[in-house]
Amino acid sequence: MSKPTTMLHPAVLEASHIALSYGHAGRATNVVLRDFSLQLKAGEVVAVLGPSGVGKSSLLRVLAGLQTPDNGGVRVHGESLRGPHPRVGLVFQDPCLLPWLTLEQNVGFGLDFRHQPVLDAKTRRERVRDAITEVDLQHALGHYPSELSGGMAQRVALARCLARQPEILLLDEPFSALDEITRGDMQTLLQQITARHKTAAVLVTHDIDEALVLADRIVLLGGQPGGLIGEWRIEQPHPRDAVAAELTRVRVEIVQALREARRAGSPPAELQRAVA
Amino acid sequence: MNATSIPLHRSSARIGLSLFGLFVLLVLWSLGIHVLGKSMPLAGALSPGDTFHSLYDLLARNELTRHTLTSLKRVMVSLLAALALGVPIGVAVGSSRALDSGTSGAFQFLRMISPLSWMPIAVMIFGIGDSPIYFLLTITAVWPIILNTSAGVRQLNPRWLLLARSLSATRGEILWRIVVPGILGHVLTGVRVAIGMIWILLIPCEMLGVSSGLGYFILDTRDRLAYSELMAAIVLIGALGFLLDALAQRLHRHWVPAGTD
Repeated sequence: MSKPTTMLHPAVLEASHIALSYGHAGRATNVVLRDFSLQLKAGEVVAVLGPSGVGKSSLLRVLAGLQTPDNGGVRVHGESLRGPHPRVGLVFQDPCLLPWLTLEQNVGFGLDFRHQPVLDAKTRRERVRDAITEVDLQHALGHYPSELSGGMAQRVALARCLARQPEILLLDEPFSALDEITRGDMQTLLQQITARHKTAAVLVTHDIDEALVLADRIVLLGGQPGGLIGEWRIEQPHPRDAVAAELTRVRVEIVQALREARRAGSPPAELQRAVA
Repeated sequence: MNATSIPLHRSSARIGLSLFGLFVLLVLWSLGIHVLGKSMPLAGALSPGDTFHSLYDLLARNELTRHTLTSLKRVMVSLLAALALGVPIGVAVGSSRALDSGTSGAFQFLRMISPLSWMPIAVMIFGIGDSPIYFLLTITAVWPIILNTSAGVRQLNPRWLLLARSLSATRGEILWRIVVPGILGHVLTGVRVAIGMIWILLIPCEMLGVSSGLGYFILDTRDRLAYSELMAAIVLIGALGFLLDALAQRLHRHWVPAGTD
């Protein structure tokens, strides 16, 4: 069933023994993650799948250096992560564009921050233009976020990430707020971009199909507190079709693993809905 | 941005209606003088005709320039002082729930006191001259700026801050690149309200032992029994207030793209 991953190449990102809990004043602490480890190789796309509340988004914040885990640590290229890393790009569920900036300014936002690598004006402009071309929005440079559709806005958010030429993309349910057709287009775009730049990515999602279509590897989180309950390697070439026989087999296995986890105590309601 | 998208015929209809309203005001004014004139012979000097004649004369003889500029200077200095005080206080109050709760009672209490009530105390502390005027106008203008700024800080999207952090922004970068532009629309709304309040309060403040400004000019015309000049000053005060408000609106539209607030 689940195949253990063997490490042939050194990991670009390595999370080891992550434990995470939230303390509530006057109440017992809520443990969301226990002893979770993940190794991400250069160019590899890993989907982290699991029901909501299992700590997927918290995990991503830890990987992004925005949150310190209770236990364990994250290494980027073997170096301990202390705060956000300039070569790690984060895309949220909502595009999080700044309404007072144009599309082009939003994509360039933060490139000149003090802790970012120094770029001369020409390189900076080229990076921004290239990233915008990559998401096919060169016709809308001067538009403000209020004039963009949901799909366009999420493409801008992706371009903002690409402009800093990240080695690792961290994506937190980036397409879950989009309609079916737009989501499909965005998945194709993301797949092309990660393949073209050999960008490694961790994609947090609760959509099994999205994971099957995009990921080289799927890790399944479940249980209470959350931990690894299954892992699959997908070797199908791109572009993939989520209803292909090989993928359907994996899908059935994932659903079974989730059912077992639920019997053990946690209710993966969202995934059930996705399956039905 | 959104202003240019209004169809021409609609905006010209609006201007037309607005001009018509001003015309009705003029008719009512004439009627009022006509009625008043029966019992009060002096009322003739207050008529629109005499008023506009005096206004033309005063402007042509450059007699109002000094007073107008002095008044505008007082508006600007007080507005800047109110911004310098109000924006940092508003940011602090908006970012701390404890500070907000701690100050809201005191702010509501102070805000409801007519600034003119401080006049004797202001004169006692600052003496006679421009200082008590600046003081009174600043405490008038500071409340709308504090309240709007803190409302602006509270509506900042926490995800914008998370985004900035994920891009390794320093505290200064978060302040200048997220907080300041993010609250600008609210601050400018506060500025517009503040300008209106300052302008209304400026005239009585200038009746306070100074020798220039439009408020002083009103008292001066009264003492000289120059009633048509008094009415001319009133018309000018209304017109300048109208222009100041239009300017504040323009600033808001220019600096704040549609959909930002």
